[in-house]
Amino acid sequence: MSTEAGSGLRDDELPGLLRGSLDHCVKCTICETACPVSNVTPLFPGPKYCGPQAERYRVADEPSVEWSVDYCSGCGICTQVCPQGVKIAEINAQARNKIKREHGVALRDRIITRPTVLGRLGTPVAPVANLSLRLRPARILAEKLLGVHREAPAPRFAGRRFSRWAKRHTSPRTGRKVVYFHGCGTEYYEPWEGEKVVALLEHNGFEVEVPKQDCCGLPLQSSGLFDDARRTVLRLARALAPFVRDDDTIIVGNATSCTLMLKREAREILGLADDPALKRVSERTWDICELLLDLHDRGELRTDFRPVNETIAYHAPCQQQGHFIGKPALDLLALIPGLEVREMTARCCGVAGTYGLKAEKYEIAMKAGDALFTQIRASGAPSVACDSETCRWQITHATGRPSVHPIDYLHRAYGL
Amino acid sequence: MRRELHFDAVVIGAGTAGLTAGARLAEAGARVAVLTKGVGSTHLAPGTVDVLGYAPERVSEPGRALEDLVRSRVDHPYALVGRGCVVEALQWFGERVAAGPFPGYRYVGGLERNHLLPTAIGALRPSALIPETMAAGDCAAGGASAARVCVVGVRALRDFHPALCAANLERAGVDARSVELNLALDRADQNALGVARRFDDPGWRAWFCAELSPHLRGEERVGLPAMLGSTDPHGVWSDLGRRLGRPVFEIPTLPPSVPGMRLFEVLRSSLRAAGGRLILGAEVVGAERSGERVSSVQAHAAGEERRYLARWVVLATGGFASGAIELDSRWVTRERVLGLPVRGAPGADEPRFVSTYLDEQPLARAGVAVTGDLRAEGVENVLVAGAALPGAAAWREGSGEGIALATGFRAAEVVSEAEGARAGQPGRSEAVV
Ligand SMILES: Cc1cc2nc3c(=O)[nH]c(=O)nc-3n(C[C@H](O)[C@H](O)[C@H](O)COP(=O)(O)OP(=O)(O)OC[C@H]3O[C@@H](n4cnc5c(N)ncnc54)[C@H](O)[C@@H]3O)c2cc1C
Ligand code: SF4
Ligand code: SF4
Repeated sequence: MSTEAGSGLRDDELPGLLRGSLDHCVKCTICETACPVSNVTPLFPGPKYCGPQAERYRVADEPSVEWSVDYCSGCGICTQVCPQGVKIAEINAQARNKIKREHGVALRDRIITRPTVLGRLGTPVAPVANLSLRLRPARILAEKLLGVHREAPAPRFAGRRFSRWAKRHTSPRTGRKVVYFHGCGTEYYEPWEGEKVVALLEHNGFEVEVPKQDCCGLPLQSSGLFDDARRTVLRLARALAPFVRDDDTIIVGNATSCTLMLKREAREILGLADDPALKRVSERTWDICELLLDLHDRGELRTDFRPVNETIAYHAPCQQQGHFIGKPALDLLALIPGLEVREMTARCCGVAGTYGLKAEKYEIAMKAGDALFTQIRASGAPSVACDSETCRWQITHATGRPSVHPIDYLHRAYGL
Repeated sequence: MRRELHFDAVVIGAGTAGLTAGARLAEAGARVAVLTKGVGSTHLAPGTVDVLGYAPERVSEPGRALEDLVRSRVDHPYALVGRGCVVEALQWFGERVAAGPFPGYRYVGGLERNHLLPTAIGALRPSALIPETMAAGDCAAGGASAARVCVVGVRALRDFHPALCAANLERAGVDARSVELNLALDRADQNALGVARRFDDPGWRAWFCAELSPHLRGEERVGLPAMLGSTDPHGVWSDLGRRLGRPVFEIPTLPPSVPGMRLFEVLRSSLRAAGGRLILGAEVVGAERSGERVSSVQAHAAGEERRYLARWVVLATGGFASGAIELDSRWVTRERVLGLPVRGAPGADEPRFVSTYLDEQPLARAGVAVTGDLRAEGVENVLVAGAALPGAAAWREGSGEGIALATGFRAAEVVSEAEGARAGQPGRSEAVV
């Protein structure tokens, strides 16, 4: 069994809180109504079976008894809807990790879970890298050799890095500081999103600090590579913690799944609840829309919005819902005159980070997202707002509609 | 910056009671957050609005029986809100369904008479306000039809056995028979929601009807498990009626309940349409008091708990089943969220439980002690709604949904009235500042 440096935690010790929660299950099936995966494939019997029920048969020092839990995408919806507080998705994540430890991890999972490495390799050679991500023979090869599905949505390397821009940029000194955690998606694929976040924050009187930072480890964690995930998230926490000077400091991020990793998942799923640096960072981290709506509620958000005469569909991704803060983007977008926002009620686009990229799961992910794609098409909205980058790529891939972070619309409405 | 949010009203719980209170408050202009640990009983219960089914004999005219109940049982939740409020709440609900997310879908009935609807095991259950998709199943004298019922099942659908259902209907005096189709559903075991998603697809419906038609005879009406579509129930139900050329109706299933999920969606979208916020996963874990008031509640969130400050709190956390009220090993009952006093629990020398599970359990009458206008005793700004209230035995009475709807509705009204008075306006106010 592996022991993790820094955490002193054994991988096979399911944190007591998670395991204890299974006794609260009353078999009401509410989680089953919401699971996007079990509703579309017989390969996955669902959260109730694989979570609280199968957990009773999992014994720390004995081999895993069944593997279907590998088909759980880790979207977390089951935990959100369970009325009894059972930590279903977290239990599943632990069980998946155990299978990985017993049977090894595919090379593919070692590669696609490292956005920083991919980003560093791809950025300098962006045109070539982007081309090969789009060339059919290359994708077929990648599917054959690595198991990355040939149709899976692949982002484009921007060819520049956000952090380079940030280094050259000086935020006006207002004394009201905010720490910006941009994540890998912004760093390598969508640096313009980061520039918009900075502009929005500055427009509202913040002085933005951008610490040197790396991946949060979420892709590693969701593929069951817990040791690597712990190392990665702790490294990030150590990088951010010195910037948290007091209880009023805010770390803000636009990558909603990565902020969730910092806030909760690393502590609950990876069992790092007691790491002091991570705890500090976790408590002080805010999602960008959470922060902006909170400012608005206090009467501190500038509302000098120009009309944006458009209709958009808004999808709150599963990971955003995992913050347990409602859907702040909906209320923010409602502030923009002329903008008509249609709320999508289907819960998941299917991709769940890297799940939908995997050859054996691509079709399932596309089916899992089908209810959402159908709603988006039926909404008549030509474009989509969604807080998570991988979900945006999946939505665009499936519906052909452009998809942006909700803050893009705020940025436009401010005329920045 | 601290995580402190300010609202006019915070509602705790997203079952029928909480969502109704939240939607009504938002419609009256209040800034509302509905905080909830998870979804409530909507996804489990049949999706009908049962007002009063037994008192204690089976009730055929709920409006009249309600009047008697209000007079004779002053501690009952219906007595606190009055018959007029029940009427208004039902009407409001019907309007929200009509304006809701399912085009054409509506509820039928009211307080005049109870329908008698088949359950999954073929018992007859009295209910006042029901989805149109269930109306043809009414077996009450003078009800929808006296035609024979053909109960149709699909083998892969778990927990629904058409032969059992039909046999029990026969015993209850309803002419019934059954058909079980053995359709390939790509898995051995499917729940009602899974089949409902198939029904969304017109091609699948056509195939289903082609498979079923040869089995149907004469003037039968067709009873199917409640799984007629997840996104467009009116469209699916009408289409089946047309294709099969006879009345079709839904029979509520064991959980998950597809019609219940529709009911949830109707209320949730009403809340949203009026600008209210629903915050899932926000289990309330503590509260602060100042004097006779609760000034804020603390709710779970990723990373750090959030404090919600509000002038009003509506407690709609349900009863024992949802963990709102607990009984400890010393037989002490407790309200778990705000620590409010509980009333109606049997005394030390009285029986708390009876040995037959579904009989009236004395303990089930326990609930949060309230004054006549649903205010929690000793706290000025906390209102209690739904299964958290004492005095009812909803399981025996067949009154759970009616109580949740009417008391949720009334709680919002009490807030609006108080705010109206505060603003110096006479009577009820439309806008809460
Ligand atoms: C299987 C089943 C079948 C039923 N059948 C019928 C029927 O046929 N007819 C009928 O009339 N009634 C029926 N009922 C009863 C009826 O559904 C309930 O009485 C009614 O829905 C109660 O509604 P409620 O809103 O008060 O509570 P609930 O629906 O229980 O909702 C409680 C809410 O509070 C939330 N909550 C609890 N604690 C906290 C906390 N600390 N913080 C935040 N949120 C919290 C829960 O997550 C939930 O959202 C049935 C119930 C069940 C379970
Ligand atoms: S929602 Fe929670 S209590 Fe209900 S079956 Fe799932 S895990 Fe169990
Ligand atoms: S985490 Fe998502 S995919 Fe996994 S069981 Fe829960 S709802 Fe289903």
